[in-house]
Amino acid sequence: MKVEVDKERCAGAGMCALTDPEVFDQDEADGTVVLLDPSPSGEHQRKAREAAHLCPAGAIRVVE
Amino acid sequence: MTETLHPVLPTTRSTPFDPPPELGALRAEKPISELRFPDGHHGWLVTSYDLVREVLADRRFSNRAELQHAPITVGGQVVPTQPPAKPGMFINMDAPDHTRYRKLLTGQFTVRRMNQLLPRVEQIVAEHLAGMRALGSPVDLVPNFALPVPSLVICELLGVPYEERERFQRDTGKMLSLDVPFDEIMGALERVERFVADLARRKRDQPGDDMLSGLVHSGELTDEEVANMGLLLLVAGHETTANMLGLGTLVLLRHPEQLAALRADPSLVDNTVEELLRYASIIQFGTGRVALEDVEVGGKLVEAGSTVILSIPAANRDPDRFERPDEFDIHRSASGHLGFGHGVHQCLGQQLARIEMRVGFNALFREFPDLRLAVPVEEIPMRTDMGIYGVHSLPVAFS
Ligand code: HEM
Ligand code: SF4
Repeated sequence: MKVEVDKERCAGAGMCALTDPEVFDQDEADGTVVLLDPSPSGEHQRKAREAAHLCPAGAIRVVE
Repeated sequence: MTETLHPVLPTTRSTPFDPPPELGALRAEKPISELRFPDGHHGWLVTSYDLVREVLADRRFSNRAELQHAPITVGGQVVPTQPPAKPGMFINMDAPDHTRYRKLLTGQFTVRRMNQLLPRVEQIVAEHLAGMRALGSPVDLVPNFALPVPSLVICELLGVPYEERERFQRDTGKMLSLDVPFDEIMGALERVERFVADLARRKRDQPGDDMLSGLVHSGELTDEEVANMGLLLLVAGHETTANMLGLGTLVLLRHPEQLAALRADPSLVDNTVEELLRYASIIQFGTGRVALEDVEVGGKLVEAGSTVILSIPAANRDPDRFERPDEFDIHRSASGHLGFGHGVHQCLGQQLARIEMRVGFNALFREFPDLRLAVPVEEIPMRTDMGIYGVHSLPVAFS
Protein backbone atom coordinates (compact mmCIF):
# COMPACT_ATOMS: atom_id res chain seq x y z
CA MET A 1 0.00 0.00 0.00
CA LYS A 2 1.14 3.53 -0.78
CA VAL A 3 -0.22 6.66 0.88
CA GLU A 4 -0.09 10.05 -0.82
CA VAL A 5 -0.97 13.42 0.64
CA ASP A 6 -1.67 16.73 -1.02
CA LYS A 7 -0.60 19.65 1.19
CA GLU A 8 -2.28 22.10 -1.17
CA ARG A 9 -5.73 20.62 -0.57
CA CYS A 10 -5.22 19.98 3.16
CA ALA A 11 -7.45 22.03 5.45
CA GLY A 12 -5.45 21.25 8.60
CA ALA A 13 -8.40 19.66 10.37
CA GLY A 14 -6.19 17.02 11.98
CA MET A 15 -8.43 14.02 11.40
CA CYS A 16 -5.46 12.12 9.98
CA ALA A 17 -3.13 12.76 12.95
CA LEU A 18 -5.98 11.80 15.27
CA THR A 19 -6.68 8.58 13.38
CA ASP A 20 -3.11 7.33 13.14
CA PRO A 21 -0.36 9.46 14.68
CA GLU A 22 2.25 6.96 13.47
CA VAL A 23 1.43 7.58 9.82
CA PHE A 24 0.33 11.22 9.86
CA ASP A 25 1.51 14.30 11.68
CA GLN A 26 0.74 17.99 11.28
CA ASP A 27 3.19 20.73 10.38
CA GLU A 28 4.07 22.93 13.37
CA ALA A 29 3.77 26.08 11.31
CA ASP A 30 0.60 25.73 9.29
CA GLY A 31 -1.07 22.55 10.54
CA THR A 32 -0.97 20.86 7.15
CA VAL A 33 -0.48 17.12 6.89
CA VAL A 34 2.98 15.59 7.22
CA LEU A 35 3.30 12.03 6.00
CA LEU A 36 5.45 10.03 8.41
CA ASP A 37 5.08 6.66 6.76
CA PRO A 38 4.23 6.47 3.05
CA SER A 39 3.98 2.68 3.05
CA PRO A 40 2.28 1.61 6.27
CA SER A 41 1.89 -2.03 7.16
CA GLY A 42 -0.37 -4.19 9.31
CA GLU A 43 -2.96 -2.38 11.41
CA HIS A 44 -1.78 0.96 10.01
CA GLN A 45 -3.09 0.08 6.57
CA ARG A 46 -6.66 -0.07 7.86
CA LYS A 47 -6.14 3.19 9.72
CA ALA A 48 -4.67 4.89 6.65
CA ARG A 49 -7.76 3.91 4.66
CA GLU A 50 -9.94 5.27 7.42
CA ALA A 51 -7.97 8.53 7.48
CA ALA A 52 -8.39 8.89 3.71
CA HIS A 53 -12.14 8.47 4.16
CA LEU A 54 -12.31 10.89 7.09
CA CYS A 55 -10.14 13.63 5.61
CA PRO A 56 -12.60 16.46 5.01
CA ALA A 57 -10.56 17.97 2.20
CA GLY A 58 -9.84 14.87 0.11
CA ALA A 59 -6.13 15.41 0.69
CA ILE A 60 -5.19 11.77 1.39
CA ARG A 61 -5.00 9.11 -1.30
CA VAL A 62 -4.40 5.43 -0.70
CA VAL A 63 -3.08 3.36 -3.59
CA GLU A 64 -3.52 -0.35 -2.90
CA MET B 1 -51.66 23.89 -13.79
CA THR B 2 -51.40 24.85 -10.15
CA GLU B 3 -47.98 25.47 -8.73
CA THR B 4 -47.29 23.10 -5.87
CA LEU B 5 -45.94 24.73 -2.79
CA HIS B 6 -42.70 23.13 -1.69
CA PRO B 7 -42.43 22.26 1.99
CA VAL B 8 -40.48 24.41 4.42
CA LEU B 9 -37.70 23.04 6.65
CA PRO B 10 -39.22 20.73 9.30
CA THR B 11 -38.22 21.98 12.74
CA THR B 12 -40.71 20.41 15.16
CA ARG B 13 -39.27 17.56 17.20
CA SER B 14 -41.47 14.84 18.64
CA THR B 15 -38.93 13.94 21.35
CA PRO B 16 -36.21 16.13 22.89
CA PHE B 17 -33.47 13.84 21.55
CA ASP B 18 -34.54 13.05 18.00
CA PRO B 19 -34.57 15.31 14.95
CA PRO B 20 -37.98 16.15 13.44
CA PRO B 21 -39.47 12.88 12.07
CA GLU B 22 -40.20 14.38 8.62
CA LEU B 23 -36.44 14.55 8.01
CA GLY B 24 -36.19 10.77 8.26
CA ALA B 25 -39.09 10.29 5.85
CA LEU B 26 -37.47 12.64 3.35
CA ARG B 27 -34.10 10.90 3.68
CA ALA B 28 -35.70 7.57 2.79
CA GLU B 29 -37.70 8.88 -0.17
CA LYS B 30 -36.07 12.06 -1.48
CA PRO B 31 -32.60 12.58 0.02
CA ILE B 32 -32.46 15.80 -1.98
CA SER B 33 -35.77 17.59 -2.06
CA GLU B 34 -37.08 21.01 -2.99
CA LEU B 35 -37.31 23.44 -0.13
CA ARG B 36 -39.21 26.70 0.28
CA PHE B 37 -37.42 29.44 2.21
CA PRO B 38 -39.24 32.06 4.34
CA ASP B 39 -38.06 34.89 2.03
CA GLY B 40 -39.62 33.16 -0.99
CA HIS B 41 -36.44 31.56 -2.33
CA HIS B 42 -36.75 28.03 -3.77
CA GLY B 43 -33.78 25.88 -2.91
CA TRP B 44 -32.96 22.38 -1.72
CA LEU B 45 -32.75 20.25 1.40
CA VAL B 46 -30.27 17.36 1.60
CA THR B 47 -30.83 14.68 4.24
CA SER B 48 -28.72 11.61 3.41
CA TYR B 49 -25.21 11.05 4.76
CA ASP B 50 -23.64 10.48 1.33
CA LEU B 51 -25.17 13.53 -0.33
CA VAL B 52 -24.49 15.86 2.60
CA ARG B 53 -20.84 14.82 2.48
CA GLU B 54 -20.77 15.16 -1.29
CA VAL B 55 -22.06 18.74 -1.28
CA LEU B 56 -19.84 19.84 1.62
CA ALA B 57 -16.77 18.50 -0.19
CA ASP B 58 -17.71 20.11 -3.53
CA ARG B 59 -15.97 23.41 -4.18
CA ARG B 60 -18.63 24.48 -6.65
CA PHE B 61 -20.70 25.25 -3.54
CA SER B 62 -20.02 28.52 -1.72
CA ASN B 63 -20.34 29.43 1.95
CA ARG B 64 -20.45 33.19 1.31
CA ALA B 65 -23.05 34.84 3.53
CA GLU B 66 -24.21 37.34 0.93
CA LEU B 67 -25.37 34.56 -1.40
CA GLN B 68 -27.35 32.51 1.12
CA HIS B 69 -31.00 32.46 2.07
CA ALA B 70 -31.95 31.60 5.65
CA PRO B 71 -34.09 28.44 6.01
CA ILE B 72 -35.84 29.51 9.20
CA THR B 73 -37.48 32.61 10.64
CA VAL B 74 -36.28 34.09 13.91
CA GLY B 75 -38.98 35.26 16.30
CA GLY B 76 -41.46 35.03 13.42
CA GLN B 77 -39.35 37.41 11.30
CA VAL B 78 -37.86 36.62 7.91
CA VAL B 79 -34.06 36.80 8.20
CA PRO B 80 -32.70 38.87 5.30
CA THR B 81 -29.64 37.73 3.35
CA GLN B 82 -26.56 38.85 5.29
CA PRO B 83 -23.89 41.29 4.09
CA PRO B 84 -20.51 39.91 2.96
CA ALA B 85 -18.27 38.62 5.75
CA LYS B 86 -16.19 41.24 7.53
CA PRO B 87 -12.39 40.96 7.04
CA GLY B 88 -11.20 37.91 9.00
CA MET B 89 -14.62 36.24 9.40
CA PHE B 90 -13.44 33.41 7.20
CA ILE B 91 -16.22 30.94 7.96
CA ASN B 92 -18.35 32.82 5.46
CA MET B 93 -15.71 33.11 2.74
CA ASP B 94 -14.58 30.84 -0.09
CA ALA B 95 -11.09 30.03 -1.38
CA PRO B 96 -8.69 31.78 -1.74
CA ASP B 97 -9.67 34.23 1.05
CA HIS B 98 -10.91 31.44 3.31
CA THR B 99 -7.71 29.46 2.73
CA ARG B 100 -5.45 32.38 3.54
CA TYR B 101 -7.05 33.09 6.91
CA ARG B 102 -7.59 29.47 7.89
CA LYS B 103 -3.97 28.53 7.18
CA LEU B 104 -2.81 31.23 9.59
CA LEU B 105 -4.71 29.41 12.35
CA THR B 106 -4.42 25.71 11.55
CA GLY B 107 -0.87 25.53 12.90
CA GLN B 108 -2.25 26.63 16.27
CA PHE B 109 -5.06 24.05 16.29
CA THR B 110 -3.09 20.88 15.61
CA VAL B 111 -3.78 17.75 17.65
CA ARG B 112 -0.43 18.28 19.37
CA ARG B 113 -1.00 21.94 20.26
CA MET B 114 -4.41 21.16 21.64
CA ASN B 115 -3.03 18.36 23.79
CA GLN B 116 -0.64 20.92 25.27
CA LEU B 117 -3.69 22.83 26.51
CA LEU B 118 -4.93 19.75 28.36
CA PRO B 119 -3.63 20.71 31.85
CA ARG B 120 -5.30 24.13 31.60
CA VAL B 121 -8.59 22.56 30.53
CA GLU B 122 -8.35 20.11 33.44
CA GLN B 123 -7.76 22.95 35.86
CA ILE B 124 -10.66 25.06 34.55
CA VAL B 125 -12.98 22.05 34.74
CA ALA B 126 -11.86 21.18 38.29
CA GLU B 127 -12.42 24.74 39.48
CA HIS B 128 -15.99 24.74 38.21
CA LEU B 129 -16.84 21.37 39.68
CA ALA B 130 -15.56 22.66 43.02
CA GLY B 131 -17.78 25.69 42.51
CA MET B 132 -20.82 23.47 41.94
CA ARG B 133 -20.02 21.51 45.07
CA ALA B 134 -19.73 24.75 47.05
CA LEU B 135 -23.12 25.95 45.81
CA GLY B 136 -24.63 22.65 46.92
CA SER B 137 -27.32 20.41 45.49
CA PRO B 138 -29.46 21.10 43.50
CA VAL B 139 -27.54 23.34 41.11
CA ASP B 140 -27.96 24.46 37.51
CA LEU B 141 -25.21 22.86 35.44
CA VAL B 142 -25.51 25.35 32.55
CA PRO B 143 -24.36 28.65 34.14
CA ASN B 144 -22.00 26.90 36.57
CA PHE B 145 -20.24 24.47 34.26
CA ALA B 146 -21.35 24.18 30.63
CA LEU B 147 -21.15 27.89 29.77
CA PRO B 148 -18.08 29.09 31.71
CA VAL B 149 -15.70 26.20 30.87
CA PRO B 150 -15.55 26.77 27.09
CA SER B 151 -15.55 30.53 27.55
CA LEU B 152 -12.48 30.33 29.83
CA VAL B 153 -10.75 27.97 27.41
CA ILE B 154 -11.23 30.60 24.71
CA CYS B 155 -9.75 33.17 27.12
CA GLU B 156 -6.67 30.92 27.21
CA LEU B 157 -6.47 30.86 23.42
CA LEU B 158 -6.97 34.57 23.02
CA GLY B 159 -4.74 35.47 25.96
CA VAL B 160 -7.36 37.41 27.92
CA PRO B 161 -5.60 38.70 31.08
CA TYR B 162 -6.81 36.97 34.26
CA GLU B 163 -8.17 40.09 35.92
CA GLU B 164 -10.38 40.78 32.89
CA ARG B 165 -11.84 37.30 32.59
CA GLU B 166 -14.74 37.82 34.95
CA ARG B 167 -16.04 40.74 32.91
CA PHE B 168 -15.57 38.77 29.69
CA GLN B 169 -17.38 35.80 31.24
CA ARG B 170 -20.31 37.91 32.36
CA ASP B 171 -20.83 39.38 28.91
CA THR B 172 -20.31 36.18 26.93
CA GLY B 173 -22.75 34.44 29.30
CA LYS B 174 -25.31 37.19 28.76
CA MET B 175 -25.01 36.88 24.99
CA LEU B 176 -26.35 33.33 25.26
CA SER B 177 -28.95 33.75 27.95
CA LEU B 178 -32.71 33.64 27.55
CA ASP B 179 -33.61 35.61 30.67
CA VAL B 180 -31.73 38.71 29.54
CA PRO B 181 -33.69 41.40 27.63
CA PHE B 182 -32.78 41.81 23.96
CA ASP B 183 -31.12 45.23 24.28
CA GLU B 184 -28.95 43.95 27.11
CA ILE B 185 -27.83 41.06 24.89
CA MET B 186 -26.92 43.54 22.15
CA GLY B 187 -25.07 45.66 24.72
CA ALA B 188 -23.06 42.64 25.85
CA LEU B 189 -22.26 41.72 22.25
CA GLU B 190 -20.99 45.23 21.53
CA ARG B 191 -18.84 45.21 24.67
CA VAL B 192 -17.32 41.84 23.70
CA GLU B 193 -16.60 43.09 20.16
CA ARG B 194 -14.92 46.19 21.51
CA PHE B 195 -13.03 44.15 24.09
CA VAL B 196 -11.56 41.74 21.51
CA ALA B 197 -10.65 44.62 19.17
CA ASP B 198 -8.90 46.39 22.04
CA LEU B 199 -7.17 43.18 23.09
CA ALA B 200 -5.80 42.72 19.56
CA ARG B 201 -4.37 46.26 19.67
CA ARG B 202 -2.78 45.63 23.06
CA LYS B 203 -1.14 42.42 21.78
CA ARG B 204 0.70 44.53 19.22
CA ASP B 205 2.63 46.30 22.00
CA GLN B 206 2.68 43.55 24.59
CA PRO B 207 2.62 40.17 22.89
CA GLY B 208 2.08 36.98 24.90
CA ASP B 209 2.39 33.37 23.77
CA ASP B 210 -1.30 33.23 22.90
CA MET B 211 -3.01 32.80 19.55
CA LEU B 212 -4.08 36.42 19.18
CA SER B 213 -0.49 37.61 19.64
CA GLY B 214 0.61 35.04 17.08
CA LEU B 215 -1.86 36.44 14.58
CA VAL B 216 -0.99 40.07 15.27
CA HIS B 217 2.70 39.34 14.78
CA SER B 218 2.29 37.16 11.71
CA GLY B 219 2.76 40.44 9.88
CA GLU B 220 0.02 39.47 7.46
CA LEU B 221 -3.08 40.83 9.15
CA THR B 222 -4.59 44.16 10.10
CA ASP B 223 -5.83 44.68 13.67
CA GLU B 224 -9.39 44.52 12.34
CA GLU B 225 -8.77 41.13 10.75
CA VAL B 226 -7.18 39.79 13.94
CA ALA B 227 -10.08 41.05 16.03
CA ASN B 228 -12.65 39.41 13.76
CA MET B 229 -10.75 36.13 13.74
CA GLY B 230 -10.72 36.23 17.54
CA LEU B 231 -14.45 36.92 17.60
CA LEU B 232 -15.06 34.05 15.19
CA LEU B 233 -13.28 31.68 17.57
CA LEU B 234 -15.49 32.91 20.38
CA VAL B 235 -18.73 32.74 18.41
CA ALA B 236 -17.95 29.34 16.87
CA GLY B 237 -16.39 27.76 19.95
CA HIS B 238 -18.42 28.92 22.93
CA GLU B 239 -22.11 28.24 22.33
CA THR B 240 -21.36 24.98 20.51
CA THR B 241 -19.14 23.40 23.15
CA ALA B 242 -21.34 24.71 25.98
CA ASN B 243 -24.38 23.04 24.48
CA MET B 244 -22.58 19.78 23.85
CA LEU B 245 -21.60 19.74 27.53
CA GLY B 246 -25.15 20.51 28.69
CA LEU B 247 -27.08 18.30 26.29
CA GLY B 248 -24.44 15.58 26.47
CA THR B 249 -24.81 15.41 30.25
CA LEU B 250 -28.59 15.09 29.86
CA VAL B 251 -28.27 12.32 27.25
CA LEU B 252 -25.89 10.40 29.52
CA LEU B 253 -28.13 10.81 32.56
CA ARG B 254 -31.00 9.42 30.49
CA HIS B 255 -28.95 6.30 29.63
CA PRO B 256 -27.91 5.02 33.07
CA GLU B 257 -26.41 1.69 31.94
CA GLN B 258 -24.15 3.42 29.45
CA LEU B 259 -23.22 6.05 31.98
CA ALA B 260 -22.32 3.26 34.41
CA ALA B 261 -20.13 1.67 31.73
CA LEU B 262 -18.37 4.98 31.14
CA ARG B 263 -17.83 5.49 34.87
CA ALA B 264 -16.37 2.01 35.18
CA ASP B 265 -14.05 2.57 32.23
CA PRO B 266 -13.23 6.25 31.65
CA SER B 267 -11.26 5.33 28.53
CA LEU B 268 -14.65 4.92 26.82
CA VAL B 269 -14.97 8.69 26.89
CA ASP B 270 -13.34 9.22 23.48
CA ASN B 271 -15.94 7.05 21.82
CA THR B 272 -18.72 8.50 23.96
CA VAL B 273 -17.88 12.00 22.77
CA GLU B 274 -17.98 10.94 19.10
CA GLU B 275 -21.31 9.19 19.65
CA LEU B 276 -22.72 12.28 21.38
CA LEU B 277 -21.63 14.42 18.45
CA ARG B 278 -23.42 12.02 16.10
CA TYR B 279 -26.53 11.40 18.16
CA ALA B 280 -27.16 14.91 19.47
CA SER B 281 -26.20 16.91 16.33
CA ILE B 282 -26.63 20.32 17.94
CA ILE B 283 -26.30 22.24 14.64
CA GLN B 284 -29.98 21.39 14.43
CA PHE B 285 -31.01 23.26 11.27
CA GLY B 286 -27.89 22.13 9.45
CA THR B 287 -25.57 24.34 7.46
CA GLY B 288 -26.12 25.99 4.07
CA ARG B 289 -24.20 26.33 0.82
CA VAL B 290 -24.95 28.05 -2.50
CA ALA B 291 -24.35 26.57 -5.94
CA LEU B 292 -21.93 28.79 -7.89
CA GLU B 293 -22.85 27.01 -11.13
CA ASP B 294 -25.42 24.39 -12.14
CA VAL B 295 -24.54 21.17 -10.29
CA GLU B 296 -26.19 17.77 -10.37
CA VAL B 297 -26.71 16.31 -6.90
CA GLY B 298 -28.36 12.93 -6.40
CA GLY B 299 -29.92 13.11 -9.86
CA LYS B 300 -31.40 16.60 -9.36
CA LEU B 301 -30.21 19.74 -11.09
CA VAL B 302 -29.29 22.36 -8.52
CA GLU B 303 -29.24 25.63 -10.42
CA ALA B 304 -26.61 28.30 -9.89
CA GLY B 305 -27.70 30.63 -7.09
CA SER B 306 -29.79 28.03 -5.22
CA THR B 307 -29.26 27.68 -1.50
CA VAL B 308 -28.87 24.08 -0.34
CA ILE B 309 -29.47 23.17 3.30
CA LEU B 310 -27.39 20.21 4.50
CA SER B 311 -29.16 18.57 7.42
CA ILE B 312 -26.42 17.38 9.76
CA PRO B 313 -28.95 15.80 12.17
CA ALA B 314 -30.57 13.78 9.37
CA ALA B 315 -27.21 12.69 7.92
CA ASN B 316 -25.98 11.57 11.32
CA ARG B 317 -29.05 9.35 11.70
CA ASP B 318 -28.81 7.82 8.22
CA PRO B 319 -29.39 4.03 8.53
CA ASP B 320 -27.29 3.45 5.40
CA ARG B 321 -24.27 4.78 7.31
CA PHE B 322 -24.98 3.99 10.97
CA GLU B 323 -26.73 0.83 12.15
CA ARG B 324 -29.65 1.41 14.54
CA PRO B 325 -29.09 5.15 14.02
CA ASP B 326 -31.66 6.33 16.55
CA GLU B 327 -30.05 4.38 19.38
CA PHE B 328 -27.49 6.10 21.56
CA ASP B 329 -24.66 3.61 21.95
CA ILE B 330 -21.29 4.63 23.37
CA HIS B 331 -19.76 1.36 22.18
CA ARG B 332 -20.41 1.89 18.48
CA SER B 333 -17.94 3.46 16.11
CA ALA B 334 -19.44 6.84 15.31
CA SER B 335 -16.34 7.74 13.33
CA GLY B 336 -17.17 9.68 10.19
CA HIS B 337 -20.09 11.51 11.80
CA LEU B 338 -20.76 14.97 10.44
CA GLY B 339 -21.12 16.75 13.79
CA PHE B 340 -18.14 18.95 12.89
CA GLY B 341 -19.18 19.29 9.26
CA HIS B 342 -17.08 18.17 6.30
CA GLY B 343 -14.97 19.73 3.56
CA VAL B 344 -12.68 22.73 3.83
CA HIS B 345 -14.84 24.40 6.49
CA GLN B 346 -14.81 21.35 8.77
CA CYS B 347 -14.59 22.61 12.32
CA LEU B 348 -11.22 24.19 13.00
CA GLY B 349 -11.69 23.85 16.76
CA GLN B 350 -12.69 20.18 16.78
CA GLN B 351 -9.58 18.86 18.54
CA LEU B 352 -10.06 21.43 21.28
CA ALA B 353 -13.78 20.70 21.56
CA ARG B 354 -12.96 16.98 21.90
CA ILE B 355 -10.55 17.67 24.75
CA GLU B 356 -13.03 19.91 26.55
CA MET B 357 -15.76 17.27 26.32
CA ARG B 358 -13.53 14.32 27.25
CA VAL B 359 -12.11 16.07 30.29
CA GLY B 360 -15.45 17.66 31.16
CA PHE B 361 -17.60 14.51 31.16
CA ASN B 362 -15.08 12.28 32.90
CA ALA B 363 -14.38 14.80 35.65
CA LEU B 364 -18.07 15.61 36.13
CA PHE B 365 -19.12 12.01 36.66
CA ARG B 366 -16.06 11.23 38.78
CA GLU B 367 -16.65 14.20 41.08
CA PHE B 368 -20.40 13.54 41.36
CA PRO B 369 -20.85 9.75 41.18
CA ASP B 370 -24.60 9.97 41.87
CA LEU B 371 -25.35 12.98 39.67
CA ARG B 372 -29.04 12.99 38.69
CA LEU B 373 -31.71 15.31 37.32
CA ALA B 374 -33.28 17.52 39.97
CA VAL B 375 -36.50 17.96 37.97
CA PRO B 376 -38.51 15.65 35.67
CA VAL B 377 -37.06 15.59 32.16
CA GLU B 378 -40.24 17.22 30.75
CA GLU B 379 -39.47 20.33 32.78
CA ILE B 380 -36.06 20.91 31.27
CA PRO B 381 -36.26 23.88 28.88
CA MET B 382 -34.88 22.79 25.52
CA ARG B 383 -33.36 25.23 23.00
CA THR B 384 -36.05 24.29 20.50
CA ASP B 385 -35.86 27.31 18.22
CA MET B 386 -32.18 28.19 18.59
CA GLY B 387 -29.71 27.50 15.78
CA ILE B 388 -27.65 25.50 18.25
CA TYR B 389 -29.71 22.94 20.12
CA GLY B 390 -29.23 22.07 23.76
CA VAL B 391 -30.67 22.87 27.18
CA HIS B 392 -31.32 26.37 28.53
CA SER B 393 -30.81 25.07 32.04
CA LEU B 394 -30.09 21.71 33.64
CA PRO B 395 -30.90 21.45 37.35
CA VAL B 396 -28.94 18.52 38.79
CA ALA B 397 -28.75 16.98 42.25
CA PHE B 398 -25.93 15.13 44.01
CA SER B 399 -24.94 14.07 47.48
C1 HEM C 1 -18.66 20.53 20.18
C2 HEM C 1 -18.41 21.74 19.80
C3 HEM C 1 -18.40 22.19 18.35
C4 HEM C 1 -19.21 21.83 17.31
C5 HEM C 1 -20.37 20.83 17.32
C6 HEM C 1 -18.75 22.57 16.15
C7 HEM C 1 -19.28 22.45 14.87
C8 HEM C 1 -18.82 23.09 13.75
C9 HEM C 1 -19.32 22.89 12.40
C10 HEM C 1 -20.44 21.95 12.00
C11 HEM C 1 -18.60 23.70 11.57
C12 HEM C 1 -18.75 23.79 10.05
C13 HEM C 1 -19.73 24.84 9.66
C14 HEM C 1 -20.04 24.79 8.18
O1 HEM C 1 -19.49 23.98 7.43
O2 HEM C 1 -20.86 25.60 7.74
C15 HEM C 1 -17.65 24.42 12.39
C16 HEM C 1 -16.75 25.36 11.91
C17 HEM C 1 -15.89 26.08 12.72
N1 HEM C 1 -15.66 25.88 14.07
FE1 HEM C 1 -16.58 24.55 15.27
N2 HEM C 1 -17.69 23.37 16.51
C18 HEM C 1 -17.44 23.17 17.85
C19 HEM C 1 -16.43 23.75 18.62
C20 HEM C 1 -15.53 24.69 18.15
C21 HEM C 1 -14.46 25.29 18.93
C22 HEM C 1 -14.13 24.95 20.38
C23 HEM C 1 -13.85 26.21 18.12
C24 HEM C 1 -12.68 27.12 18.37
C25 HEM C 1 -12.20 27.48 19.50
C26 HEM C 1 -14.52 26.16 16.83
C27 HEM C 1 -14.18 26.95 15.74
C28 HEM C 1 -14.70 26.79 14.48
C29 HEM C 1 -14.31 27.63 13.34
C30 HEM C 1 -13.28 28.74 13.36
C31 HEM C 1 -15.06 27.18 12.24
C32 HEM C 1 -14.99 27.71 10.82
C33 HEM C 1 -14.02 26.91 10.03
C34 HEM C 1 -13.94 27.32 8.57
O3 HEM C 1 -14.86 27.96 8.04
O4 HEM C 1 -12.92 26.97 7.96
N3 HEM C 1 -15.52 25.23 16.89
N4 HEM C 1 -17.79 24.02 13.71
S1 SF4 D 1 -7.30 15.07 7.69
FE1 SF4 D 1 -6.97 15.90 5.64
S2 SF4 D 1 -7.32 18.08 5.89
FE2 SF4 D 1 -7.06 17.27 7.92
S3 SF4 D 1 -4.88 17.57 8.37
FE3 SF4 D 1 -5.11 15.51 7.57
S4 SF4 D 1 -4.79 15.74 5.37
FE4 SF4 D 1 -5.14 17.78 6.16
